[in-house]
Amino acid sequence: MYEFARGPLVWIALLVFAGGCLYRLVWMVRAAKQDKVVIPYMSWKYGLRSLLHWIVPFASRNMRLHPVMTVVTFVFHICLLLTPIFLLAHNVLWQQSWGVSWWSLPSRLADVMTVAVMAGGIFFIGRRLRLPEVRNVTDYSDYLLIAVVLAPFVTGFIASQQWFAYRTMVILHMWTGALMLMAIPFTRLSHMLYFIFTRMYMGSEFGAVRNAKDW
Amino acid sequence: MDDLMETLGAIKTTVAVNSASVGDTWDWETAEKRIADLLEIRGRFAEVHEVTVSADGEKIAAPVKTDDGNFTACVNGEVWPEMFELLWYLKFSPDGKLTALTKSDDQWTIAVDGECWEEKFEYIWNTQFSADGKVIAAQAKREMDYLIVVNGAVWSNIFVSTRGLAVSNDGRKVAAVVQAVPLKEADIFGFLEGTWTLAVNDKKWDRNFINVYRPTISPDGRHVAAEVRLDICEYTVATDGEPWQQRFGCVWEPLFRGNQSLLAPVRVDGNWTLAENGRLIWKGAYNQLWYQRFSPDGSRIAAVVSPAFGKWTIAVDDKLWKKTYNDAVLEPFFSPDGRRVAAIVKDQNRWTIAVDGIPWTETFDMVWNPVFSPDGNDVIAKVNKNGRFTIALNGRAWRRDFEAVWEPVFSPDGTKVLVKAVEDGKYYRRVVPIQELMG
Amino acid sequence: MVEKAGSQAAQAVADPEIETKAKKIRPEQMVKDPGLDETIKRLTPEQIESVIKRVLTKETAARLRVYLDTCVHCGLCAEACHTYLSRDRDPEYSPVAKVKNTLWEIVKRKGKVDGEFLKNASRIAFTECAVCRRCSMYCPFGIDIAYLLIVVRRILNLLYVVPAYLQDTTNSHAVTMNQMWVQEDEWIDTLQWQEEEARMEMAKARIPLDKEGADIMYSVIAPEPKILAQLINYMAQIMTVAGMDWTMPATDGWDNSNMAMYSGDFETMGRVERQHYETAFRLKVKKIVMGECGHAFRGAAYDGPKWLVWKHPPVPLIHAVEFYYDLLKTGTIKIAKKFPEPTTVQDPCNIVRGKGLGKKLRYVMNALCEDFRDVNPRLEHNYCCMAGGGTINCGPPWTRSRMVSNKVKAEQFKATGAKIIVTPCHNCHSGIEQLVSFYKLGMHVKFISEILVECMEVPQHLKV
Repeated sequence: MYEFARGPLVWIALLVFAGGCLYRLVWMVRAAKQDKVVIPYMSWKYGLRSLLHWIVPFASRNMRLHPVMTVVTFVFHICLLLTPIFLLAHNVLWQQSWGVSWWSLPSRLADVMTVAVMAGGIFFIGRRLRLPEVRNVTDYSDYLLIAVVLAPFVTGFIASQQWFAYRTMVILHMWTGALMLMAIPFTRLSHMLYFIFTRMYMGSEFGAVRNAKDW
Repeated sequence: MDDLMETLGAIKTTVAVNSASVGDTWDWETAEKRIADLLEIRGRFAEVHEVTVSADGEKIAAPVKTDDGNFTACVNGEVWPEMFELLWYLKFSPDGKLTALTKSDDQWTIAVDGECWEEKFEYIWNTQFSADGKVIAAQAKREMDYLIVVNGAVWSNIFVSTRGLAVSNDGRKVAAVVQAVPLKEADIFGFLEGTWTLAVNDKKWDRNFINVYRPTISPDGRHVAAEVRLDICEYTVATDGEPWQQRFGCVWEPLFRGNQSLLAPVRVDGNWTLAENGRLIWKGAYNQLWYQRFSPDGSRIAAVVSPAFGKWTIAVDDKLWKKTYNDAVLEPFFSPDGRRVAAIVKDQNRWTIAVDGIPWTETFDMVWNPVFSPDGNDVIAKVNKNGRFTIALNGRAWRRDFEAVWEPVFSPDGTKVLVKAVEDGKYYRRVVPIQELMG
Repeated sequence: MVEKAGSQAAQAVADPEIETKAKKIRPEQMVKDPGLDETIKRLTPEQIESVIKRVLTKETAARLRVYLDTCVHCGLCAEACHTYLSRDRDPEYSPVAKVKNTLWEIVKRKGKVDGEFLKNASRIAFTECAVCRRCSMYCPFGIDIAYLLIVVRRILNLLYVVPAYLQDTTNSHAVTMNQMWVQEDEWIDTLQWQEEEARMEMAKARIPLDKEGADIMYSVIAPEPKILAQLINYMAQIMTVAGMDWTMPATDGWDNSNMAMYSGDFETMGRVERQHYETAFRLKVKKIVMGECGHAFRGAAYDGPKWLVWKHPPVPLIHAVEFYYDLLKTGTIKIAKKFPEPTTVQDPCNIVRGKGLGKKLRYVMNALCEDFRDVNPRLEHNYCCMAGGGTINCGPPWTRSRMVSNKVKAEQFKATGAKIIVTPCHNCHSGIEQLVSFYKLGMHVKFISEILVECMEVPQHLKV
């Protein structure tokens, strides 16, 4: 199991992830051409203007209306993205396998960030359970997606702390990590891919066509 | 093939007849006539409304309001003897008769050269003429009934409503879009069953449709066609009441090429193309296609198309002009010999004319339809720049400009241009040699 | 109050099944509407499936698919919706819930939905969403939720499951190219009558009909000739004082409104807009100035042109607010005496979120009114009037429901303490008049032109 996960699975996961993302992007561009207005309406100026207002915390009114959610979602997404890339343990593996490595997070900080991701995930679950307007549009798949995202963090964290069943946890971590990567292009996790485009399109329509703000 | 030759032959005849009639009998010799002093006329009446000029430029007319609050028409400074409560919509017929919509004793009718039709109506509007001006038709209303009036005579059929009127070139056919079946308020189901049809010479088509739009009549006056709507989103074209078998997502107004062939833009799977008698004849699938027009011999087709979202140009026989325009392209015009095509084009809110795909370099605040010389070598048009009006020839505005100008006409031999213009408050009819326009 | 009864019922019972039932018996959901009740009886499952398939595969592409794939069901759009806020944060009224109850199901079931489902979808898409696009501004991903509801409307239009009054309005557009079955003669007659009326107020005021080559074509929406004809004479007075070279068409193409855009009949929408611009081409005008209407601006400025594939209007289109702004800013029209009463304003979605005219609107308000009291939230963030988007055109059966759905708007106005509400939009105007009477706000609703005519300086030679 470990050998498979350490070898072929990584490759499969990366290939599926990269290939899947590429496929979804090509599919999107094709569909955009079919949807005649999308490409002609796209505007760098207004697209980027909108993007800026939505990647800076509290730059949009809706973010100000939900301060806790805003803080959690920014922390969650930043940690989710950075932790796996700059984790020392991952760097060591890359060094071993491909001979590449880069700056690593101090392990204390990495732990905090991992906990932040987990806490964020729990917050999102709680939100889904507690807030009627969210619960109303939540189904099992939403929990499943959070589980898919949290699983590699939970297993990785347990493994790194060596609390119990280290080897099992490492294997589980690898499998769940692979699963998450592969799920990105093919589930609603694809919002990672599409965010920039949907945001920029809306910004373009609001800005270039309607001369209005969208934040 | 024989059919086609016959059709083309028929078109040639029609076109020849039409073009021979334009301008042949006009005065192409007198270099300048001062027809009327508009300032003097303005001084004479309490109000002078918008002026209109006859095709040959010999007459200029306007509704005028006298000091006692009555209206009449003033033609070349002379007023019609009769006074009206209201008078508007002055139109010259192609043969130079002046018509107006007039109101007296709360009753409306049409006055032709000052003589009122005997029939009076609650309302009358939309004066239309045959090509020779012999037939004058209009829509009218009397006690909630909608009527069609032709040369003063009312059709025996009355309608719930009418919308749109067409008169054939020879005047023998008058067609109107009419509502044949009354519809209760908010009756959305009755509506779908079809309440509209076309009436031609006082006779309704046998069949009703949900909607009927923009009737057109064949050059020989024998056939009448229109867009028809068959279902919520199902359209086609009907000729003499008979719809094409093919159905489309949408259609625009059909136009006869010759007397048998009917062409219409049709929408198939979200794109537009051109259909002839129901069959698709162009391969191009455009974002938009309308204003299909034919060369005088019927052998070539030009239309306004959009090859990409927000881009407009002309396609001639399904081949695009290279340059596209962002704002608009208006209907194409063929030269009399069918070689060349010109159209009004607009980009960045500036208007100009493009001929065979090449736009004039000078742009204007507004341009009017391009006019080809009889040999097709020159193009002229009325243009407006900085509040002044003039004529542009092959892209260059004439050095003289005016307070007002009407659309220019080439002399039959193509050496002169009829320029109808207002200068210092006076209306002049001028015959200008083409060389002078170049200067 | 209806919404109170609803929420109390929901709180009193814990059983989710009963809770669902309690929701189901909300009076506004039992409204009888032949456009929904009768039309669904004529449908076959095959017809429903094929129409849905057509819309989902042939008429939509990237936006629909990417939006559906990107939505993470976060519920952050809820805050944007006036119906959600007005109905005590009832989750079923959040924008995403409206998509869930319509499009998600349609896609999930691959078009295998029945008449009852469509009826409910029609209620949601036409009467509980004004496609005001406020939610599209609140979605972190920029998902155009209003567009998704328009896709639902398109499907419903093709199946003819549209509230009867709205459908009738669309049918009027299809026949007459105007919104209110105004006959050709009635139109011209009304303009001639309003010219006379204008002349009683102002010497030499005219409405030049069908004047080729005028600078401006002025277009209005059909309720003006039909029920608010005085607005045309106000504009005639404003144009006269401003010394504009203007005209109004004596043919179809004078109406810039477009309910077909909202009922999902895009073919009719396109035909109406084509007629509008062709009329401007025919009259050789340099620009179109349009009256105080928001949805008409949307139809004429982008939804219509978009379907006809113009990226922008082929003839510049100026909304009345912008026109008044220019007149006042340049001093073409001066104010003799400001309007004295405390006045507030409604930001019409389609000219504020739709054209960014909020600041110019405030310039005009401050120029005209002595005591202008702004609303909160304002500009792009203002609430919809819950009359636009075709909702008010769904007619009397749905009025009460719309009123309940816009309690926040009533509260917002009340907080200003104003006596007059200015609405530079016909839908806002009618909707807010209903709101004022439903919530007994004791306020009056006016168009800008009414105040402008009252306050503008009239040169001596134009005085009667």
